[in-house]
Amino acid sequence: MSINYSEKIPNNVDLGSDRSLQRALEHWQPAFLDWWGDMGPDGTASTDVYLRTAVSVEPGGWAHFDHVKMPDYRWGIFLNPADADRRIPFGEHKGEAAWQEVPGEHRANLRRIIVTQGDTEPASVEQQRHLGATAPSQYDLRNLFQINVEEGRHLWAMVYLLHRYFGRDGREEAEALLQRRAGDQDNPRILGAFNEQTPDWLSFFMFTFFTDRDGKFQLCALAESAFDPLARTTRFMLTEEAHHMFVGESGIARILQRTCETMVQHRTDDPAKLRALGVVDLPTIQRYLNFHYSVTLDLFGADVSSNAAIFYSAGIKGRFEEGKLTDDHLLKDATYPVIEVVDGKLTMREAPALNALNEKLRDDYIRDTVAGVGRWNKVMLKNGIDFQLTVPHKAFNRMIGSLAGVKVTPDGRVVSAPEWEAGTREWLPTPEDRVHVQSLMGRVVEPGKFANWIAPPPMGVNKQPVDFEYVRFN
Amino acid sequence: MANIANIAIAAVTEPFPALVDYLTDPSRYRHWKLAFDGRVATLTMDVDEAGGLRPGYRLKLNSYDLGVDIELHDALQRIRFEHPEVATVVMTSARDRIFCSGANIFMLGLSSHAWKVNFCKFTNETRNGIEDSSAHSGLKFIAACNGTTAGGGYEVALACDEIILIDDRSSAVSLPEVPLLGVLPGTGGLTRLTDKRKVRRDLADVFSTTTEGVRGARAKAWRLVDEVVKPGQFASHVRQRALELAAGSDRPADARGIALTSLDRTIDQAGYHYSSVEAIVDRSNRRVTLRVMAPAQAQPDTIDEIVALGAQWWPLRMARELDDAILMLRTNEAELGTWLIETAGNAGHVLTVDATLMAHASHWFVRETIGLMRRTFARLDVSSRTLFALITPGSCFAGSLLELALAADRSYMLKLPQDAVDAPAIALSAMNFGPLPAVYRQTRINARFYGEAEPIAAIEAARGGRLLADEAEVLGLVTAAPDDLDWDDEIRIALEERASLSPDALTGMEANLRFGGAETMETRIFGRLTAWQNWIFQRPNAVGETGALKVFGTGHKPVFNWERV
Repeated sequence: MSINYSEKIPNNVDLGSDRSLQRALEHWQPAFLDWWGDMGPDGTASTDVYLRTAVSVEPGGWAHFDHVKMPDYRWGIFLNPADADRRIPFGEHKGEAAWQEVPGEHRANLRRIIVTQGDTEPASVEQQRHLGATAPSQYDLRNLFQINVEEGRHLWAMVYLLHRYFGRDGREEAEALLQRRAGDQDNPRILGAFNEQTPDWLSFFMFTFFTDRDGKFQLCALAESAFDPLARTTRFMLTEEAHHMFVGESGIARILQRTCETMVQHRTDDPAKLRALGVVDLPTIQRYLNFHYSVTLDLFGADVSSNAAIFYSAGIKGRFEEGKLTDDHLLKDATYPVIEVVDGKLTMREAPALNALNEKLRDDYIRDTVAGVGRWNKVMLKNGIDFQLTVPHKAFNRMIGSLAGVKVTPDGRVVSAPEWEAGTREWLPTPEDRVHVQSLMGRVVEPGKFANWIAPPPMGVNKQPVDFEYVRFN
Repeated sequence: MANIANIAIAAVTEPFPALVDYLTDPSRYRHWKLAFDGRVATLTMDVDEAGGLRPGYRLKLNSYDLGVDIELHDALQRIRFEHPEVATVVMTSARDRIFCSGANIFMLGLSSHAWKVNFCKFTNETRNGIEDSSAHSGLKFIAACNGTTAGGGYEVALACDEIILIDDRSSAVSLPEVPLLGVLPGTGGLTRLTDKRKVRRDLADVFSTTTEGVRGARAKAWRLVDEVVKPGQFASHVRQRALELAAGSDRPADARGIALTSLDRTIDQAGYHYSSVEAIVDRSNRRVTLRVMAPAQAQPDTIDEIVALGAQWWPLRMARELDDAILMLRTNEAELGTWLIETAGNAGHVLTVDATLMAHASHWFVRETIGLMRRTFARLDVSSRTLFALITPGSCFAGSLLELALAADRSYMLKLPQDAVDAPAIALSAMNFGPLPAVYRQTRINARFYGEAEPIAAIEAARGGRLLADEAEVLGLVTAAPDDLDWDDEIRIALEERASLSPDALTGMEANLRFGGAETMETRIFGRLTAWQNWIFQRPNAVGETGALKVFGTGHKPVFNWERV
């Protein structure tokens, strides 16, 4: 079967004349469509969605809007334009020409990083596939679908690297990416956090704010990679990741806005009354925040890691904004503070900076996140509500690394197991919280209408009005 | 330069102050959980990260050091003796997605060469012991690899009868030593791939250079594992296989176990003292007298009486004590290069015990006792010490205990006039002709004469009688038989001369001569593999300042000398 590749698969990698890539995709693309049919958004095969499609890497080319059926979405392969003179910015190969092919010596590590990153993309689509049934508006439903197709495109981006640069092993790994399933005990996704359900829209917005932000920092670190195709691919993905975080940040801000309006209108901050009025009370939002923040911190990996050191020195994975850092970009003798548990107390110690790169990336993430939470707090300030959201201590509710064995409160106190048990109802979402949030979830799909628990956005997508028909159910 | 630096590092880290102790019991385990359910025992690895034997490393990801292996050795011993009803042992891990990630690399990086070699040797012996129990005692082993199974973790699995790997699309088996660490899998990995599992050598080449290993259907197709099973069915499949293997076992479902009570041991300046074994150290001459004492009284010959004696039954007590003494000396007394092997007591009692062992060899408890004797004596075959047996008046190198002299590199027997009442004698029993083969799987007598019929037949014919020095010398059972006028000088000069030779050359020479003739998987592990590994362990490419083992985990790239040797 001959396929017009440039038509069907927008790309800037000269797919039309790359026969080995064509061969790989001929097999993989039908499998991808089957996967999308099985595991993509539930019951949407004939739905027209107002989606943005990237058709080129030119300015404006990444944002082509139209109503399309998702299975017909043109998932493309785009790399940021090449810089022929690009040099490796860090590690033992610093200053050498960036790699255009995978060095044999780093094949296994690069493949592992790409597979791990690639695995999260379909996983989040799977985690979110039932959310369409409880969308609070057409606008939000469209944003969900936009995120889903873009996660799909990010999968394509990783699969392109596997197909193009990793031979038979790469093809097998690409296939396995379609075979694992989020939450399937026999066939789980690689990272634990991507096997959890996204049960409601509050969780979805939290996930896109916190967990997609982890994605941003991982992609930023990979965008520095000596392996140039990886660097260029991830740089392009970052544009889309920014939109996902926008959905999360604005989604939570709109929930806060609606809650604040209700608090002012009814002159109450009693969670029970607010729940009866059909909104999410602020302490519940704080508990969801605590949960998603702490779970996401774990995704950065162990605080002291030999893999992180190897990846950096080898030039495989850099730091966030490597170019803006003014040290030697080798870190051979540098140190970095990490938390250590000594006799049940949290103390700081200086670890070799190379081994502490996960911690450094986590700290960069925390700074970015705190700024975002600060923007949420303006909603309360504007409404005159005396309540501020905060991020919990870095050691709170951590399951991996040296903090795994210790119980730490949101304000950073180490406590006994009974104290922890007693406090969790205050700090983490309770079953009652989840039941309440679930009870609010009901499908609202009339154009311009919004569920009671969330405020409308200030403006629509692509300068369209808020009551635009973003989704056409056929 | 790299070599000099390495020696300096070794000197700083080497003098480990406290003795390493091999005695433990389940109430003191930090790294293993032992659970029993009818015919199946489950040995679950759950390594305490902070429980390393020495400071300076954390036992992350179910990695192990000598301390972890000491507990494994003890646990296996308990299953053999205290739980005769167990027919299958399932080895698995308490960790999510990790079975075992092998020997702790940071521990290896900090350790001296001698420490690494001794550690690997003990680990090898424990794994051989698993196979020994499978071959002789009806005890089968399943490796239930519920997650990443890397390096030494996969080597543990290779020692089991069956390897079942979880098929969760990410857990793999691997031997990443060559590509990650610049060394070899040190505990039989390469040899068991070929000799035991018959993995084709080109596939073994790919496997052993692939850091991420092989998983799923390919792992089975390449014979790296026996079965791959989905997580949902994993536990039930392991259970079912365990019961199927148990059904073929002749271990008794209804027997009461024998408690391995704590050993009677004192350690002082003079050495290590047990009830029927002692190791008397002579530091100025760098040697030790390792003496085994016959039972003081005749031992019972009925099963009921033997079972009633339990751990106090002499052959079991003696073997446990000798086992501990050998391990203590090897780990804690590296400079005592010559072991003088002696025996003392009533040879008749020893021969009576031998007759009892043979008469009841099919009884589970007797069979386990013989197994422990076999494995303990086999430790001598692979100990990097000069072994000289001294056969003097009052000794009892009879039957089982004659194996100690046959395991030695040389044996000296005092020749006294025919009519001297205290003329030392040796004696052969059925135990010398089958139940106690050396590590190379032949009897020591058979290997001593390279299987040649004539001398072996002559020795067979001499069974039952007391053999004085002349006769023993003619039969080739002893190296030399000086008389009482020559003895002192002869022995002194032999020992002084031996003590002056290069310890490295002696270790190599002794191992070469001990493993004459045909190779077995075990001799290949201890000889070929270990020799290469030990060479690599010494080379700057592994342990120099920029060697792969030294820089692992730091993020620095190893710098190799590319010359092929």
